[in-house]
Amino acid sequence: MSPTVLCLVELEHGEVAVASQRALAVARSLVEAPSSGGTLAAVVFGASGALADGVAADLTRHGATELCLASAGGLTGYAPAAWARTLEQLAAARTAAAVVAAATDHGSEVLAHLGAMTGLPVAANCVSAAATGHGTWQLVRHRWAGSLLEEAILEAPCALLTVAADASQADAGPADAALGDATAGEAEAGDAVPGEAGALGSTPSGAGPGIDAAPGLPVVAFTPELDAADLRVRATESAGQGGGMSLATARVVIGGGRGVGGPEGFAALEELAGLLGGVVGVSRVVTSQGWRPHRQQVGQTGTKISPDLYLACGISGAIQHLAGCQSAKHIVAVNTDPDAPIMSRAEYAVIGDLNEVIPALVAAIRQAVGRG
Amino acid sequence: MDILVCVKRVPMVGGRIVLTAGGQDVDTRMSGFTVSPHEECAVEEAVQITERAGGAVTVLTLGPPEAADQLRDMLALGAHRGVLLETDGREWGPVATAAAIAKAVGELGAAAFPLILVGNEAADTGGYQVGIRVAHALGRPCVTGIKRLDVAGDMLRAWREYGGGEEEFEVALPAVVGVKEGINLPRYPSLPGRLRAKRAETAVLKPAWQADGLRKVALRVPAGSAQRARVLGHGTEAVPELMRVLGEIGVLSPAGVAGGDGAMT
Repeated sequence: MSPTVLCLVELEHGEVAVASQRALAVARSLVEAPSSGGTLAAVVFGASGALADGVAADLTRHGATELCLASAGGLTGYAPAAWARTLEQLAAARTAAAVVAAATDHGSEVLAHLGAMTGLPVAANCVSAAATGHGTWQLVRHRWAGSLLEEAILEAPCALLTVAADASQADAGPADAALGDATAGEAEAGDAVPGEAGALGSTPSGAGPGIDAAPGLPVVAFTPELDAADLRVRATESAGQGGGMSLATARVVIGGGRGVGGPEGFAALEELAGLLGGVVGVSRVVTSQGWRPHRQQVGQTGTKISPDLYLACGISGAIQHLAGCQSAKHIVAVNTDPDAPIMSRAEYAVIGDLNEVIPALVAAIRQAVGRG
Repeated sequence: MDILVCVKRVPMVGGRIVLTAGGQDVDTRMSGFTVSPHEECAVEEAVQITERAGGAVTVLTLGPPEAADQLRDMLALGAHRGVLLETDGREWGPVATAAAIAKAVGELGAAAFPLILVGNEAADTGGYQVGIRVAHALGRPCVTGIKRLDVAGDMLRAWREYGGGEEEFEVALPAVVGVKEGINLPRYPSLPGRLRAKRAETAVLKPAWQADGLRKVALRVPAGSAQRARVLGHGTEAVPELMRVLGEIGVLSPAGVAGGDGAMT
């Protein structure tokens, strides 16, 4: 029997969120592993009119064979239990073999509700999964926010999985290389949408407006039956304070830890961040001392970053901190201790006192700019 | 208002995680134990609420007999009572853990705790689900990821960060709330707090372990986490080499460099 796998897909600025792309990759591996001809249904909440032209094509590119649009009266915006109830009913109607979501706040929360409603286990933060038959799955998943990997066996009539948002390809391990070809797609699907995929309200050309833009991706509407309890918790969204660059998306992050010495020591790091078009991030020690606010904390219980450069100054590199910066493309450490744990994660290191090195670096950059 | 806070005993891992032979567990012979950071903030939040509005804070944990240490740590932060769901040291999955907590809450009197706080996810397993499962077992609404909480009367408003902005929730008590670090800055335990913790009563219940459908085979350290950084130099003498590396990475010529206009490349 060809399996049906459901994947909760979150949209970001009218495009498939990166975390959901990873979830789709793992979901697809579950469809393709045992037999061909299975269904990977991407489940999207929200009005169909809000879907950008590119989304359907994007979904096809990431392996979805069906788009399921879930909507119900009273279901506008995010409502975790209602979303879970929808997935529960959809999974039952389709005899789904698995329900997969990204391990984002929404994805993790919705799958936990689904687990609670069905009494099924939820395997959180998976990096790969493979069906081994008879309701058994072989998984690799994060522990300690990715500082460790766990190989696990899941036994359940329907596998409920969340996929680590920052899972690196190398982590996939022996169970499956699910993430290896996450971005490889069918070229023709991508070609089906001319112009800029994902631009909301862009003029459709060729294939027609809206979600019809990707030929071959069937669209199914699903209306769940919800009761009052499912709708008790509903989110009202409000915009952020605006301005300021986000730590999570900054291209350059200048990190400061205990070695900065006190709240006044951050001026030089702020100056350097300003020069490089980046932001300052800090370790947990710094926020728990009250030197800097928690929103600047990089780590397992703070913000996870993925900049091109993470310059970690006076940060020893506790597991808690490394879990938040493992997605950085390049890590450069400035530390007095050549044996600090950060040295096993950094690509380059300067051995020395950041309170001397950073001002000298700032001066060098200023001089270079002046010369230019 | 009486508040129940659930915490979990986890290894204090510090800078390196060492596994036991066979890769079944984190080797804790050289490290201590603590509660997950989110949970410490949950206890602080509960203590602050009762300081304002009255009531008592009960801290509950499921773990081996030694987890009583973590209860005492939380009592020293201002919690009033402890409940230990004592296990034989085996790892419990989230389904069984939530069932045991819900059962214990029922035995302690479900109506006794209009508000149950949990840490959003445990530091070790990161399952993001025990609080939600407890909420379902008790028929309560649940909000998670909460960084700001306002309890007034029998309603609570809660906020979490989302997509550069915030999501706001409003739910009626009784409810379950998963909080995140950053909601407050936990206090340090005071000496009177430590003395009070020694005297505080701790109830002990012994739930039966159950299989969870999800079975650990082994743990391993990810590949590539044992590299060595290339040392560019010592002190300020390393700055020219550091400049070269930053140029190579391509961060020396962003718009952020005042008037730079790519002058660095």
